[in-house]
Amino acid sequence: MVVEIGHFALVLAFALALVQSVAPIWGSRTGDIRLMATAAPSALGQLLFVAIAAAALVHAHVVSDFSVVNVVENSHSLKPLLYKITGVWGNHEGSMLLWVLILALFGGLVALFGANLPASLKANVLAVQAWIASAFYLFILCTSNPFARISPAPLEGNDLNPVLQDIGLAIHPPLLYLGYVGFSIAFSFAVAALIDGRIDAAWARWVRPWSLAAWIFLTLGIAMGSYWAYYELGWGGWWFWDPVENASFMPWLAGTALLHSAVVMEKRDALKIWTILLAILTFSLSLLGTFLVRSGVLTSVHAFATDPERGVFILGILCLFIGGSLTLFAWRAPGLKPGGLFAPISREGALVFNNLFLTVGCAIVLVGTLYPLLYEMATGAKITVGPPFFNLVFGAFIAVLLVAVPLGPMLAWKRGDLLAAAERLWLALALAAIAAAAVWWPSTGAILTALGVGLAVWVMAGAVVEWAARIKLFRAPLADSLSRARGLPGAAWGMTFAHFGIGMVILGIVSETSWNEERILAMKPGEVVTIGGYQVKLDGMIPRQGENFSEEAAHFSIRRGGVQVTFLEPSRRMFATRRTATSETAIATFGFSQLYIALGETDKTGASAVRLYWKPLVTLIWLGAVVMAFGGLCSLLDRRLRVGAPVPARKAGSKHVGPGNIDPGAPAAPVAAE
Amino acid sequence: MTRKQRRLTLIAVAGLVVAAAGALVLYALTDKIVFFNSPSDIVAKHPQPGIRIRLGGLVKEGSVERGADAHVAFEVTDTVASVPVTYVGILPDLFREGQGVVAEGAFDASGKLVADTVLAKHDERYMPKEVADALKKSGEWRGKTAAK
Repeated sequence: MVVEIGHFALVLAFALALVQSVAPIWGSRTGDIRLMATAAPSALGQLLFVAIAAAALVHAHVVSDFSVVNVVENSHSLKPLLYKITGVWGNHEGSMLLWVLILALFGGLVALFGANLPASLKANVLAVQAWIASAFYLFILCTSNPFARISPAPLEGNDLNPVLQDIGLAIHPPLLYLGYVGFSIAFSFAVAALIDGRIDAAWARWVRPWSLAAWIFLTLGIAMGSYWAYYELGWGGWWFWDPVENASFMPWLAGTALLHSAVVMEKRDALKIWTILLAILTFSLSLLGTFLVRSGVLTSVHAFATDPERGVFILGILCLFIGGSLTLFAWRAPGLKPGGLFAPISREGALVFNNLFLTVGCAIVLVGTLYPLLYEMATGAKITVGPPFFNLVFGAFIAVLLVAVPLGPMLAWKRGDLLAAAERLWLALALAAIAAAAVWWPSTGAILTALGVGLAVWVMAGAVVEWAARIKLFRAPLADSLSRARGLPGAAWGMTFAHFGIGMVILGIVSETSWNEERILAMKPGEVVTIGGYQVKLDGMIPRQGENFSEEAAHFSIRRGGVQVTFLEPSRRMFATRRTATSETAIATFGFSQLYIALGETDKTGASAVRLYWKPLVTLIWLGAVVMAFGGLCSLLDRRLRVGAPVPARKAGSKHVGPGNIDPGAPAAPVAAE
Repeated sequence: MTRKQRRLTLIAVAGLVVAAAGALVLYALTDKIVFFNSPSDIVAKHPQPGIRIRLGGLVKEGSVERGADAHVAFEVTDTVASVPVTYVGILPDLFREGQGVVAEGAFDASGKLVADTVLAKHDERYMPKEVADALKKSGEWRGKTAAK
């Protein structure tokens, strides 16, 4: 019964989405306020009905209703409750339901918080959201119904893939989808603007918070996925350039570019058309990612759905939305008024540089991801484009961009002075040179490592120097600097944190790839191995029993200089229901570095295969991403970005919030120096 | 500079960057890609030692030998031909005789594939697409039980 209510609610959501696709936009074309006003309630109604559908599916999983195919295939009565819940989106049908739930959530948020959006813009935005939603409801109802019944109902389910029975599944997909799908708002705003045929600086102020929120979630989602793969897969890798990883990385690159170009548009009313295009491209890449992951078109460890019918359907959705929005763009964009002028060397110029390299980087990832598909279609031969390709090509391009990261914020709007900017960064440059030399000197030859460390220090120190310059640290009395720091806008703090975070990520990557130690050997109880300056002793094996598995754990004591510092217990789990084993790694964190042990099989002589890693500064990779996301949060909480927040009186004259203001005339006076 | 000149500068710089990216991509795509082969392909083509390839098929029953210090030797077969593989390290959790596997590495002079990466099929339903295709080709496809 509950399951049928869920199914019915999903159909109702689809019906509402169809109404929402047509009525508001009809209203905005004919100027009918009542029709436009239907958008918000129907968006909220959609959210309610999808939430009911999702709740029904969760309920079926929690009570182990084996008359539902989805539950049979992915659950087991003995599975721990947490994994019964997370297992809901650990499969194709459930994850698509999560996708539309989040889409409806964002639509609902626009309906709730968009009270002071111009009525026709709001109506158009919600209508475009509903187009996307309708397509995906139809996809779920036609090809991936999670509520399908099976008769006779089996007594027991097939259980969830043990690799997915992990806390990572609880966090990673929802975060990633919040990011992926969150960019749909930027897309809807862009299409709505194209339909209306007008766009101004105020438009960027609406779009930026939504893109920023999506970007924060996507950043955290990617970092979380990377850490999950790192500890779950047992070979110490944290990024594989797997097509599915690329699928989430491409919208991230485009979204990062979008955030930067939206700044130019908001502050200087330039790059309008480009920003619109980026908003469309970012969500198109999210759709492409959904297609790659959900159609199983690529060989990938993530592809747990391999049904051509679904693939063709999503491909249709993909072509419709990407093709449609780009056609609309080609038709309407030339009519948009171009924005303000700026010199090549200026803050705007720097942000254009950022956009150029991020989009080219994104295109490189796209080519590398799709090339095997195209190659196979053309020649029939199968190839893999792996880390050697991406590290070389993407690495080379992104390094150029990273060198420029500290310089950009030092340039003035409109017309900047590159030499003066470099001069103000002398301290960061000196620190970077010292760090690079310190790495290069003891082990001459590791030139790439030295350059990498220098680059990381340059980016981090550059962020700090820029912040210090803003608050006049050491150049004004300390109390004065502190009050300046308090007065810094959230967006400025956000940039400092985000750029510092990138530096952390680079340092982590360089350190992990250059100084990582690996030992693979067979160990018997009592044996000791030294790695990363730690003595690791295998004390013995301990058999244990879990809720739905039995495991063999190895007890390792970790000593440094004869003193025991900690112990680690990696294990191998046997899951009876799927007759599969998983290896659970054990990780000890020392400072920013990690000692990582994975356990293999035990042979007849009693020796266990053991894989040990010493990963210096590896946690900086993920901590850096968290710092970047925190920067995004600071920027999101910026008072001036909050839509509807009262505009400070002294700036009121130069801000153009009015929707009908096609040409804001003189660009807003440079607000602070950001 | 006039608006037009600025636009031209921008387009020229962007064009240069894109051209550089294109050149690098083309270079890397000829040099850094790895071809997938079935055991029959290998027997027919005899790839040069030292060139990286991916080999996919089933782990031959009874062929897995575990040596000292996590050395493993096994054979990959598509039931028509089989190719010996050596690997040092911990095999993936789902590695099993008679199951699908992909090994990546280069051949040594004696014709053994020295693999540095071994991937096993992901779960009960999913098999690497290239393995499934290779098996279909050799008629060893078992339909639903092997992959969906």
